[in-house]
Amino acid sequence: MNKKKVKELEMLAAQIRLETFKELTSLGFGHVGGAMSIVDLLAVLYGEVMNIDPADQDMEERDYLALSKGHAGPALYAALAIKGYFPIEMLKTLNQKRTMLPSHCSRVHTPGVDLTTGSLGQGISTGIGAALASKVLGGDNYCYCIIGDGECDEGQIWEGVLFAAHQKLHNFVLFVDYNKKQLDGDISTICALDNIEDKFNAFNWHTQRIDGHNAEAIWEAITTAKNQNDKPSVIILDTVKGKGCEPAEKEAANHHMMFPDNKANEKEQQRLEQVWETLAVEWRAM
Amino acid sequence: MGDISSGMEGNVMAVLAKKNESVEMRKIYCQTMMEMAKEDKRVIALDCDLTSPIGMTEFGNTFPDRMINCGIMEANMAGIAAGMSARGCIPFAHTFACFQSRKCIDQIFLSAGFADLNVKYIGSDPGILALYNGASHMGLEDMGILINVPNMTLVEPCDAVMLESVLHQVKDSYGIFYIRMNRKNAKTIYDPSTKFEIGKGLILQEGNDVTLIASGMMVEQTLEAAKLLAAEGVQARIIDMFTWRPLDEELVLNAARETGGVVTIENHRIATGLGSAVTNLLSKKYPVPVGRIGIGDVYGEVGVLPDLLERFFMTPQDIVSEAKAVMQIRIRGERFGS
Amino acid sequence: MSVLDHELRKLKKMAVQIRRDIVEVTAHGKGGGIHAGPALSAVELVTALYFNIMQVRADDPHWADRDRFILSKGHAYAVLYSALAEKGFFEREELLTSRAINSRLQGHPSYKKTPGLDMTSGSLGNGPACGMGIAMAMKKQNIVHRKVYVMLGDGECQEGMVWETAMAAPNKGIDNLVVIIDHNHYQSCGALDEIMPLYPLADKWKAFGWHVMEVNGHDMQDIISKLSAAKEFCGRPVCVIAHTVKGKGISFMEHNNKWHNGVCTEEQYVQAMKELDAQVEAIDAGLM
Repeated sequence: MNKKKVKELEMLAAQIRLETFKELTSLGFGHVGGAMSIVDLLAVLYGEVMNIDPADQDMEERDYLALSKGHAGPALYAALAIKGYFPIEMLKTLNQKRTMLPSHCSRVHTPGVDLTTGSLGQGISTGIGAALASKVLGGDNYCYCIIGDGECDEGQIWEGVLFAAHQKLHNFVLFVDYNKKQLDGDISTICALDNIEDKFNAFNWHTQRIDGHNAEAIWEAITTAKNQNDKPSVIILDTVKGKGCEPAEKEAANHHMMFPDNKANEKEQQRLEQVWETLAVEWRAM
Repeated sequence: MGDISSGMEGNVMAVLAKKNESVEMRKIYCQTMMEMAKEDKRVIALDCDLTSPIGMTEFGNTFPDRMINCGIMEANMAGIAAGMSARGCIPFAHTFACFQSRKCIDQIFLSAGFADLNVKYIGSDPGILALYNGASHMGLEDMGILINVPNMTLVEPCDAVMLESVLHQVKDSYGIFYIRMNRKNAKTIYDPSTKFEIGKGLILQEGNDVTLIASGMMVEQTLEAAKLLAAEGVQARIIDMFTWRPLDEELVLNAARETGGVVTIENHRIATGLGSAVTNLLSKKYPVPVGRIGIGDVYGEVGVLPDLLERFFMTPQDIVSEAKAVMQIRIRGERFGS
Repeated sequence: MSVLDHELRKLKKMAVQIRRDIVEVTAHGKGGGIHAGPALSAVELVTALYFNIMQVRADDPHWADRDRFILSKGHAYAVLYSALAEKGFFEREELLTSRAINSRLQGHPSYKKTPGLDMTSGSLGNGPACGMGIAMAMKKQNIVHRKVYVMLGDGECQEGMVWETAMAAPNKGIDNLVVIIDHNHYQSCGALDEIMPLYPLADKWKAFGWHVMEVNGHDMQDIISKLSAAKEFCGRPVCVIAHTVKGKGISFMEHNNKWHNGVCTEEQYVQAMKELDAQVEAIDAGLM
């Protein structure tokens, strides 16, 4: 991937981060940690990889996303708004009365959301179903699915993992947001995943592990995953919960946070705008 | 209003006696699924290692790409079915009623129901029909669990004729459906020309002394009970309420007004089933005494059918006693100025 | 004959006796079809557990200091009921009431109904979690020299709940839990490999942090050796993968998935009993 494209994806990630932060602070609270840790991935998916068109949402050959860790919905909404699925102003309505942006992803509420999630463990199954349908209907539509590391505690994840391998579902790419934390604390203190690659390898998946905040590495891993045809793929993303959002990164208990301090919020928003600006300057100079 | 088709003459009971033939429901299930799959490439069958018990081996042999045996993973199957329907497939996902409901309520509720997708969930061996498999395998509360999925249509066909019709209707209607079905032998109640409409009950026998509302395997028990009542001069109105949700409210209310007393008869836990739905309606709109036949607050047990019917007070004699008890305190329409 | 040889011979003959019980119930039981195939593949394992490895008291089923056993593959109830009867928890004659109405021996193991049972089962996938719970409680109660043995089917490993416990047990330091997988390569609808293969099964459990052993599920000496080692193992939970044959011990039932659930004719009963008698002779002659 050329350097300019990489920079563009970094800019997109910065924009998604900014809009996610504005979304959460306009509500006053939200699942900031797990939203921020997948922003770089969403930038690569929506900025480069996924075959989608907001103007033609039912196109036959399109790809699908299952955000199985549905509480990261705010980040997805930011990506969808930037992509043009709905006006960016709507992001302010997160979780408001009669909103089209509920806290957890709902396909009936939000344009661009493919599969309803929120109860951990379920998105992998519906995502697999969406990928599997290609075997019946024809086509090579990909389904990308994002699960949390804590979510790997759920047995349904392993049902999906076993099933997808048996089906040789090459058009299913799973991402594990390995940010090492779950709601109650570090996963190492609650339920450690230990050698997560060994687990997926033992279940016959094509397995990779990369820096989850490096756009180029993400794009390369997805390309590698798509270059093989007989296994489902998992890309384990080493991430930081709350990445790129200073108040969230600093806070240990950052699964869900309140943002009561408007001044602090403004300051962080300005900082995030500046991040984007800096990247834009770099991009223009390329 | 759904009704036995005309062309049948004389006493309905005599006509039914002619059709007194047992048919394996799973044969009809498989045949109908194959017919639908042949016509419509979107039809998919999913299962959790119970393709043989539900008689779908032939479907799997004929349409190997459309028979997805997930192995023993009910939650995953529920979700896969939802995901496939999001792509435009029409999935029929089967396992035993007990697992479909108890194991999968979260997945069905959220991944399929709340997502407003197009999935048909099938639960076999409902209620006491699990027989020797016993308590762990008896789906005594499956409808009562799944009724909590707000947009889920719940149906319980009683015989092969109805099953075939229901399957076609379900396939052609968008939405989340649950079909609760006996997979083994069931007596044929209906003439093949009968028209069924999901959401509409059928009057199997007219009568004004008391109303008996049943579905599934309990229709047969209720018809027997009606014979016993008739011998004592009691003419019962029998309703086959095969759709539990949406309930045919008009049919139930008319029956309550005209007979003054109702007995609901179900192969299901009383607390959360057909009787509960009928009582919810009548208590608000037309309170009459409602007798209840079904499973109480107990767990299932192993046994053969006659023993289990007796154990859980679901025999024709039990229905008769309950009907008489209701008639003792029934309120006729005239008391309320009908 | 050495003490070990003597013990092995006793255990082998007990295994045959349990097979006799299973065939008897399959032919003459009052409760209709019996899941003979899945029961027969587990006979040596269950025999070893109840007659060598585990400490239990037939006259005191609730003895607090006992080892526990959960038959998570509850449809193999026939082997467990036979073992409990032979151990003396109830009379052998009661076996014929298996699966009949009012019986204490229900269609799938029912904890409070049958003397000697440690947990209800039947809905696949639940056993390991219950076993982990019992194991945790035993640790808290300082019962450190006993273990909880949970037997799973291989098809059962398709259930997600199994992997929830597989993930959790090593994390919580549960080393008094032994999972035994009856790996007979079949499930209800056919061969495991055609429906949902599990290979590599050992690697999966190792990846989840378990100490994994493999055993020939019909070689009593190998079973005793491995289960004894599992009994002594500390630090992590143990997974014993037992390679078995569905329907083992009765020629017309071996590798024949029709016997997942069925009833024996009188002719089949006679043949089966003949085969089992021959097995006893072979054991006495030191040939088996």
